Amino acid sequence: MKAGLPPERAAADSGAPPPEGVFTTTLDKMVRWARAGSLWPLPFGTACCAIEFMSVVSSHYDLARFGAEVVRFSPRQSDMMIVAGTVVDKQAPILKLIYEQMCAPKWVISMGVCASSGGFYRAYHVMQGIDEVVPVDVYVPGCPPTPEGLIYAIMKLQEKIESGQPSHWQVEAERRAASDRAPQPVGA
Amino acid sequence: MAEFVAENLRRSFGDALERVSDEHGDLTVWVDRARVHDLLEHCKRDPELDFSFCMDVTAVDYLSLGGRPRFAVVYHLYSLTTGKRVRVKTGVPEDDPVVATAVDVWKSTDWFEREVYDMFGIRFEGHPNMKRILCHRDFQGHALRKDYPADLRWKLLRPDDLLDEISSDEMQRIRARVSHPLSE
Repeated sequence: MKAGLPPERAAADSGAPPPEGVFTTTLDKMVRWARAGSLWPLPFGTACCAIEFMSVVSSHYDLARFGAEVVRFSPRQSDMMIVAGTVVDKQAPILKLIYEQMCAPKWVISMGVCASSGGFYRAYHVMQGIDEVVPVDVYVPGCPPTPEGLIYAIMKLQEKIESGQPSHWQVEAERRAASDRAPQPVGA
Repeated sequence: MAEFVAENLRRSFGDALERVSDEHGDLTVWVDRARVHDLLEHCKRDPELDFSFCMDVTAVDYLSLGGRPRFAVVYHLYSLTTGKRVRVKTGVPEDDPVVATAVDVWKSTDWFEREVYDMFGIRFEGHPNMKRILCHRDFQGHALRKDYPADLRWKLLRPDDLLDEISSDEMQRIRARVSHPLSE
């Protein structure tokens, strides 16, 4: 035993298995695990998909089992935006504004075909997919998707977060930082 | 069914009525555009007719029929006392798409007429706020015209002002009533 170290540290350093009740990990991995298990949804509900979302968070399907039942109606208190419904062009800047008001890390689920591709509204007034204005992490097909469909999407998102795949906000932030560092042309 | 309505209108607007038809009890009256406001006012004020309820104002684009005039503005009236209905139509040419407003007769036609303007580009003269109601600020053209491409879209980059019709007095009253703790 090395002098001056608590017994657990000494055991870890010597390569022996840690004593019972202690496990080792990296901070990064633990943060990802915690984030994946405590998603706070912000429903951006504009149509019937929002009704299906209500049943997902209600007792029967019980989203609390996935740690994502704390529905917030302020973008500042949530990190998972669920766009549930048709988004028209007039609402596009509102959607973008609300997404930008969310604090990073943040993720977006596009629920149903209207939000994902415009659905059957191939017309003069509907956005053909919300990814025209906000980055989407998981798309859920269906009109509306079943509650199981949305739960599966949330599980997919949790997998993505736990695996450490960068989210769009992260990629975007890194791209911006890189372009800030890049030498700027003078007098162009 | 609506005999007395047709008779009444013939008596007062005989020369301005272009066509009167009664299909299965649904009376339709085509009227000259110059007289449509007088006719609507008569429909509301005349005690025998008493069409106190303007249910809808809409328009039709007869582009593919090739006839003249291209558009028709349609008013759906209902009388709460006699239970009768009448559909008033007036032709509107493409090169001068203007009709007199009916807001001074039925206040409820305000938004209907704005919708017709938004979708068909037919302006209503004398309307207090003749602007788009459904489509956004940067939208160009009129979506329900038959020659508008069905999936042509116009992007909006900044939020449209949705409260511009509310006067500042009204806005203050609304704010005073807000009681959400986060709004303090």
